[in-house]
Amino acid sequence: MKDTLKIADKIFSSRLFAGTGKFGNHRIMEEALLASETELVTVALKRVEHAAQEQDTLLKHLAHGHMHLLPNTSGVRHAKEAVFAAQLAREALETNWLKLEIHPDPKYLMPDPVETLAAAEQLVKLGFVVLPYCHADPVLCKRLEEVGVAAVMPLGAPIGSNKGLAMQEMLRIIIDQSHVPVVVDAGIGAPSHAAQAMELGADAVLVNTAMATAGDPAGIAEAFKWAVKAGRQAFIAGLPGQQAAAIATSPLTAFLD
Amino acid sequence: MFTPIFNQYNWDNELRSIYGMTEGDVQRALAREQRTLTDFKALISPAAAPYLEQMAWLSQQATQKRFGKVIQLYAPLYLSNECQNICTYCGFSLDNKIPRKTLTAVELLQELLAVKAMGYQHILLVTGEAQQQVGMPYFRQMLPLVKQHFQHIAMEVQPLDEADYAELHTLGVNTILVYQETYHREDYRTHHPKGKKSNFDYRLECPDRIGRAGIHKIGIGALLGLDDWRADSFFAALHLQYLEKTYWQSKFSVSFPRLRPHVGSLQPKSVITDRELVQLICAWRLFNGDVELSMSTRESPRFRDHIIKLGITSISAGSKTNPGGYAVEPQSLEQFEIDDGRSPAAIAQVIKDAGYEPVWKDWDHALQL
Repeated sequence: MKDTLKIADKIFSSRLFAGTGKFGNHRIMEEALLASETELVTVALKRVEHAAQEQDTLLKHLAHGHMHLLPNTSGVRHAKEAVFAAQLAREALETNWLKLEIHPDPKYLMPDPVETLAAAEQLVKLGFVVLPYCHADPVLCKRLEEVGVAAVMPLGAPIGSNKGLAMQEMLRIIIDQSHVPVVVDAGIGAPSHAAQAMELGADAVLVNTAMATAGDPAGIAEAFKWAVKAGRQAFIAGLPGQQAAAIATSPLTAFLD
Repeated sequence: MFTPIFNQYNWDNELRSIYGMTEGDVQRALAREQRTLTDFKALISPAAAPYLEQMAWLSQQATQKRFGKVIQLYAPLYLSNECQNICTYCGFSLDNKIPRKTLTAVELLQELLAVKAMGYQHILLVTGEAQQQVGMPYFRQMLPLVKQHFQHIAMEVQPLDEADYAELHTLGVNTILVYQETYHREDYRTHHPKGKKSNFDYRLECPDRIGRAGIHKIGIGALLGLDDWRADSFFAALHLQYLEKTYWQSKFSVSFPRLRPHVGSLQPKSVITDRELVQLICAWRLFNGDVELSMSTRESPRFRDHIIKLGITSISAGSKTNPGGYAVEPQSLEQFEIDDGRSPAAIAQVIKDAGYEPVWKDWDHALQL
């Protein structure tokens, strides 16, 4: 059976989601996204020319049948702004899917858990398919699930840090408990990190900085594609358990024989 | 407030400390992942000069990681050249006998449309300090007009009270720039003998008032050359470090205007060379990976073309530094001499040729309620 991922009403063959920021130009971005075979790309509303009549140049490069757009609210600082921006994004990009990002801290871009939860609840009621970027906080992820988000997107490490799965133990709990897909969002700096997240049981990963700022974005994007597939296959096949310690030469239970 | 922290420092001690930095200090600073103010001093010191190439490489890497391969474009628009201050280095100083002008609403619209036609969505509104003609009533009248045409509004405006900054925020202003000019108290007094600007502390505490008012982005900097540029940069870095911790929801930017030796105008006390300016820009980036670094058209085309890759995140182009300069009165006197007169389209091409994406829009009024 084909391994697919279902989020809300959409079915994805690729478990690699991608960002569209930080690329040297739109053509390089497009080549990388095509090489990654991603089917879901996130776009910052602040970069989109929704006011102009002519079609936005960024969006032109994303116009591929298999590529769905996931507008994000990067830049907002609280729930009220997020809800307003989401409605504008829905109009501008003609999709009710939304990556909810509320990071009032512009230095480390830490998501605000309180505002994110409040906004998620409102946006779900307004008919959005909400994918919130959040801390790797197991309780918060359950609370988000309870208000009806379509997936949770906990961070692996601070955004843009390329530090991999610094939050691994928390991600393990989130994945274990979640009824909705878990997308590891930030901090993935190398294909090996992506593979590790997938081995852990994440449903998908989102990568941006590591692709956009690589020497050869399309080359790295393809490497991410394979890493995500490898990690996923390893998870499905079942990784062998790790031996906590060497087996004692005189077994402790030998007396039972 | 920053003043009590600032007052704990002594200019001469810091100056000695910077010039006493050794190559060992520089090497330690370069090896660290998170750098301190002491590291910053080492990196701007003469001892770091032989390490410039390494600094440039590290700065490029750090900037690309945080900001990507993109450069933000903006244009300044001068609302007025009226000013009640005497600043010894400024073309718009009260004691300069020049025709004074403040844009009317009709003129402002002409200017806005001219700047917009060049492709801009980010605009920097600049004023002198003439509270009567160009104060809050004027801004209340003009900002709605600007907001109709631009997605991102920054202002380089005379120091205001906190409530005024808060009102500017509600009028759509995203960013306020205020430069201390120099952090040397006595020299500051010499260069600002008359007008409201002569109050050093009121200006020093400006970013505090802006931060408390909830303005999204705060720009700071020193006018390089008024006093020792290294010591001034150290104090600006101290200022930034304090501001980041205090106003954790604000973004910050730093600019590097430098005084050039010109016939008939104020001679800089310390001249910062091109090589030293690159060192300074890279040192800022290595000290702070997140701060936006901005470059104006004061610099030469050759310098600007190369600095794009070394740590800068935003750049102006096609700038006019006189009120009405774009459309209304293109021939009037400019505040400072433009060295790079190339068009925004030409600069965008330079950015593209360098492998970077020129960004015209990176904000939206919808994100700011």
